[in-house]
Amino acid sequence: MSDTPEVREPEPVVTPVRVVIALCLVAPFVALLWVDSYARTDPTFIGMPFFYWYQMLWVLLSTGLTVLAYRLWQYDRRTRTVRDGGGAR
Amino acid sequence: MKTGVNGVALGVFVFFFLAVTVLGFWAARWRKAETEHTLDEWGLGGRSFGTWVTWFLLGGDLYTAYTFVAVPAAIYAAGAAGFFAVPYTILVYPLIFLFLPRLWSVSHRHGYVTTSDFVRGRYGSKGLSLVVALTGILATMPYIALQLVGIQAVLDVMGVGGGAHANGFVKDLPLLIAFAVLAAYTYSSGLRAPALIAFVKDALIYIVIAVAIIYIPIKLGGFDDIFAKASAKFTAAGAGGLVPAPAGQWTYATLALGSALALFMYPHSITATLSSRSRDVIRRNTTILPLYSLMLGLLALLGFMAIAAGVKVTNGQLAIPQLFEDMFPDWFAGVAFAAIGIGALVPAAIMSIAAANLFTRNIYKDFIKPDATPAQETKVSKIVSLVVKAGALVFVLTMDRTVAINYQLLGGIWILQTFPALVGGLFTRWFHRWALIAGWAVGMAYGTVAAYGVASPTQAHFGGSSKEIPGIGEIGYIGLTAFVLNVVVAVAATFVLRAVGAPDGTDETRPADYTADAGDPDVEVELPPATAQSAP
Repeated sequence: MSDTPEVREPEPVVTPVRVVIALCLVAPFVALLWVDSYARTDPTFIGMPFFYWYQMLWVLLSTGLTVLAYRLWQYDRRTRTVRDGGGAR
Repeated sequence: MKTGVNGVALGVFVFFFLAVTVLGFWAARWRKAETEHTLDEWGLGGRSFGTWVTWFLLGGDLYTAYTFVAVPAAIYAAGAAGFFAVPYTILVYPLIFLFLPRLWSVSHRHGYVTTSDFVRGRYGSKGLSLVVALTGILATMPYIALQLVGIQAVLDVMGVGGGAHANGFVKDLPLLIAFAVLAAYTYSSGLRAPALIAFVKDALIYIVIAVAIIYIPIKLGGFDDIFAKASAKFTAAGAGGLVPAPAGQWTYATLALGSALALFMYPHSITATLSSRSRDVIRRNTTILPLYSLMLGLLALLGFMAIAAGVKVTNGQLAIPQLFEDMFPDWFAGVAFAAIGIGALVPAAIMSIAAANLFTRNIYKDFIKPDATPAQETKVSKIVSLVVKAGALVFVLTMDRTVAINYQLLGGIWILQTFPALVGGLFTRWFHRWALIAGWAVGMAYGTVAAYGVASPTQAHFGGSSKEIPGIGEIGYIGLTAFVLNVVVAVAATFVLRAVGAPDGTDETRPADYTADAGDPDVEVELPPATAQSAP
């Protein structure tokens, strides 16, 4: 993920970083649209059925994943800007 | 259930309402620009908002008074099925992350104020642009009306207006005053007014939720008891439950996905987005907006608390205001009601501005007066924002409130049908403009007919938003089924139209427009994952 090749050839559209970004953004869809995976009451958390606290937990997980995607996207942009010789920040 | 006017609560409510009114008028001077008579200034707040203002504005815009009343009300009535609002709002953010920055960039480059502006520029088709604009206006109107329903619910519980124990003109007076004030400051301050008021609204909402989620469960004996009582009620009623039944899972998932896709097709969401200062503001916002989802999840649980607290209301919309009145001391109930009331004003203002912008840009300027100056555009927009609000008011006062709710349900199905033209257009120019119109027409027709055919125990038509998905046999969200049909028709028709060589419209945008950022053209060019062009 951290290897930036020194070669000055056009970078491929699909790079490992971008695959990770895509996975970060797709994960909440898979997890939340697969309702059968969490449609149950146990285990409870402070008296709250699994169904509810699990989905609220996904608010936090999805936020974390979006932050990660955002950081990686910034990194991706930075490395490309440098490679394109612009040097613009 | 207490009857009569709750004086203390009403006093607190009026205090906050007055404070917000002053703020609304003062907003006209906030971040004022030299050229105030342009639609960019009045309708988009000068496109100058940073991360936090945008966050408050979007939160104030998307999480409306109706949300606060309706989501817990759905849980109160049906249990788990109503909780789909939480996955729905979670899924919205990855979607925003993907397509809104592109819309922001291209709109910034070409001075687009509405989604229809973009559609017209991208496809060179006034017809397609008109279709998107009309859908937007049609879908927004009932949404504004529902904000009034939210205020009515609060006034009802406080013992003023709306209820059975009042009559004639007097009962509607508080609502009329609230809306006259709202209309006046929206007219004078534009988008700046709701942006400022959103701070107050969110602060109040967060305080109320934080208190409610700790204070009420303690009074009711903890979540164990709350859920046990709710479960007992659903078992006794033979409907609803703490988890969705296997048959309800498709409905749950399709409602979450369909609603998530639809949310940012609404004109008011786009207005709030385009008012942000830069592309980065939007992406940064996707990382802090989920705070609202967490709040929504906690809020939804209030529906269970209302059951456990023994709140009995015939109109489910009143469940949460009634819970507040029963559980909180009067003064804090007043704060909670103010939160809901102000929660209605912010989105109502933004929605009326968004609908007015659509009318001005895509109907007035495109079809009635093509040579309108920016000052004239602003003037028309201001007047239309008044007309739209007056229309919503008449709607709520003259018709049964179930009409507004039915119509809003249809609005959600309709607005989703603009997705292929808008989001498709942001990533590819492959779709043919006429094919998109055909797809839209099929989606609209199917969605409307299907929703009309849904019966519920209380209604013969528009009894719900889910129906059997043809070919799959599961019950799913009608809007999503219509959307799939829409895409299939658009793809098929595009193949046909390309084969017969139907004239393609002119595209006034260039690939680089979609990645442009604040600052200079062509300086910061980033490549989003989905496209293959190389940087110039």
